Amino acid sequence: MKKATTLLAAAALLSSTALVHAETLRWARSGDALTLDPHAQNEGPTHTVRHQMYEPLIIRDVTGAFEAALATEWAPKADDPNVWVFKLREGVKFHGGEDFTAEDVVFSFERAKQPNSDMKELINSITEVRAVDDFTVEIVTDGPNPILPNNLTNLFIMDKGWSEANNTVNVQDFEGGEITYATTNANGTGAYVLQSREPDVKTVMTRNEDYWGRDQFPLAISEIVYTPIQNNATRVAALLSGEVNFLQDMPVQDITRVNGTGGKMVKQAAQNRVIFFGMNQGAADLEGDNIDGANPLADVRVRKAMAMAINRDAIQQVVMRGQSQPAGMISPPFVNGWTAEMDGESGTDIDGAKALMAEAGYGDGFSIRLDCPNDRYINDEPICQAAVGMLGQIGITVNLEAIPKAQHFPKITDGKTDFYMLGWGVPTYDSEYIFNFLVHGRESDIGTWNGTGFDNDDLDAKIKSLASNTDLDARNADIAAIWRVVQDEQLYIPIHHQVLNWAMEEGLGIDVDPNDQPKVKHFSMN
Amino acid sequence: MLTFILRRIGQSALVLLIVGLVAFAMFRFVGDPVDNMLGQERTLEDVERLKEQLGLDRPFPVQYFKFLEEAVQGNFGVSYRQGREVSEILLERAPATLELAAVSAIFAILLGIALGVYTAIRRDGFIANFIMSTSLIGVSLPTFLIGILLIYLFSVELNWLPSFGRGDVVDLGGWTTGLLTASGLKSLVLPSITLGLYQMTLIMRLVRSEMLEVLRQDYIRFARARGLSDRVIHFRHALKNTMVPVVTIIGLQLGAIIAFAIITETVFQWPGMGLLFINAIQFVDIPVMAAYLMLISVMFVGINLLVDILYAFIDPRLRVAGK
Repeated sequence: MKKATTLLAAAALLSSTALVHAETLRWARSGDALTLDPHAQNEGPTHTVRHQMYEPLIIRDVTGAFEAALATEWAPKADDPNVWVFKLREGVKFHGGEDFTAEDVVFSFERAKQPNSDMKELINSITEVRAVDDFTVEIVTDGPNPILPNNLTNLFIMDKGWSEANNTVNVQDFEGGEITYATTNANGTGAYVLQSREPDVKTVMTRNEDYWGRDQFPLAISEIVYTPIQNNATRVAALLSGEVNFLQDMPVQDITRVNGTGGKMVKQAAQNRVIFFGMNQGAADLEGDNIDGANPLADVRVRKAMAMAINRDAIQQVVMRGQSQPAGMISPPFVNGWTAEMDGESGTDIDGAKALMAEAGYGDGFSIRLDCPNDRYINDEPICQAAVGMLGQIGITVNLEAIPKAQHFPKITDGKTDFYMLGWGVPTYDSEYIFNFLVHGRESDIGTWNGTGFDNDDLDAKIKSLASNTDLDARNADIAAIWRVVQDEQLYIPIHHQVLNWAMEEGLGIDVDPNDQPKVKHFSMN
Repeated sequence: MLTFILRRIGQSALVLLIVGLVAFAMFRFVGDPVDNMLGQERTLEDVERLKEQLGLDRPFPVQYFKFLEEAVQGNFGVSYRQGREVSEILLERAPATLELAAVSAIFAILLGIALGVYTAIRRDGFIANFIMSTSLIGVSLPTFLIGILLIYLFSVELNWLPSFGRGDVVDLGGWTTGLLTASGLKSLVLPSITLGLYQMTLIMRLVRSEMLEVLRQDYIRFARARGLSDRVIHFRHALKNTMVPVVTIIGLQLGAIIAFAIITETVFQWPGMGLLFINAIQFVDIPVMAAYLMLISVMFVGINLLVDILYAFIDPRLRVAGK
């Protein structure tokens, strides 16, 4: 009884202190931003930190829909399909007090197109950005680009005057080890202002009291202390002990533990990442198999049989502890082109699979090497281990090679694997992005992640035409047709959609963002 | 004597060169840094351009000699992950590691000697036996487990000490120290115990066995026969003679403390050189890995060289052979 009272007292004390300190978001995740230069690195954690201080023209909210940031309206120009017109927000000031105008937008786009910029590929269709007046900008592309806004959600706007005054007109030469003023300082229009930063140790930001959206967003957090903590156990311990109150990169095995601790909770959402296996159907003979002079994966019946042998529900329940959604297509659910029907095309049928194998002439099975990363996706190696057993049921002997991502990914891009695991996220929320990288035949600047050897000229032409098709209905019909081929050819074996987990102290009103990119201005206090 | 020292220095340099060569031969198996650096939207042309720019397309002996050439001039290259000069990053990280190592070493030495003497003098006592058996834990449990157990107990359950980081640090002209703030000192406790526990038990066991050995010697018996007090016998006569091998071990273990800080730093998110190295391996940050490995081997080789030279001074036989 006495113990129970002490516990209660302790809990009361804890919750009261939580209320007092709650305006400070003590936020931990496994990695730090690599630089603050808005255009030097195109990488998730780096963008996430910048998003608090800098703003693009448009951002995405937690449902994946566009949300106006520095632009208030945008539309293709009525008489010229090659031009997009952006109306800019008026009365916005940078942290240093400078006024935000069209000249800053023109400057930032030009900066992002420089050779050292890591954002240049995303906007390579842009040929010119011109200011019509102080608050109108026209973006000219090399052809009609119906999904241009999709590529702009991480393209941050800097102040021209500030950059010139501080000698940071050029993007930092990251590989060359250059440090510029913009690498360590930030002057954006965002809701939070940089106070101090020690790379890999701590970044502190405080609320921008003059933020244009002060009345529009909750802005309940007055100070952000961002700390990278690499070790999973330490990160969770820091949450349990109350040293941090918001955690990204929550380890799956500790979810029950956190939920069972008073005052802490884990929230989830489907992540913008699908996990699948690729099969090299293009090679005449495979390296890692026991069949000479033929490629069993070239036969669509073998590929179908392999897909049918995978029991996605078992993987979800046993390997992922419920933290995944079985997938039937290699697209996250909110992407344009995704359909529930196609995502459901993933039944398990061992007998049917065996029959298909026999029909293809591989009734006795074959052996093959499966390449798998062991430090990239949630439970990547255990998923592969499960697949080994499942494929064994239809006579395919799989030799698993699980290695760190730094060694795994070059195998795919260099074409040195026959059967591999890959995960894919779609930052543009449009199927074209998936087709460009995973379906189009491999060339030097397109199809770079397509390790299947699949190369269909008609389909490639159709994929290329998506970029400039302004008739959205016709474009969507094309997308559906391309997906039909991908599904029928069983180009990939989809496994599941990853689920994203964020842990937090109760009382924080945070909705999980499928891009794993929290924007603190949306956080509220309950 | 001079020939002896010169020969030793020559051998040390050779060891360093071989360490570097082996390290560079192994970097190829850590993976390809280019993928990490460019992100998924890169084209194959970007990959080729960057590989050429970084010299990764050349065979490893060439890369190694280029590294040596630059390193001799004090240039260790640019970190692939952070995009900053490696020497600058190492200098920034060194205070954290050295401070942690120093506090751990002091903890290990003071407590190790005290407990060692105690368990030797009271060798049949209950407490001494208890200390001896629990010290087995210190020797046999892996560092990361000790660290996590301490975090669980003192941070999560008792809420006394922070579970990660260095706390508030004070910058003294390029040297950041956590020794001057309350939160900095609190943050040092758990990592220092974790890092120093193994060394402490090692020193304790060594002091104990040496002390027991010395206490059996004739001159101790004579001292007792002369009627000297226990205090004088134990601390003036016995302990002094115990210290010779102990000091040697402490010297050699100092290097180990700095090198093995890698694991402790990872568990406690301690922003030192060890954590930097672990990050570098995951990202295949070759310049940082190379510089760190060379630094650690310079340190080990340096300590060994110093010990060798000291021995030569202490032991006349080595000096004669040298002549």
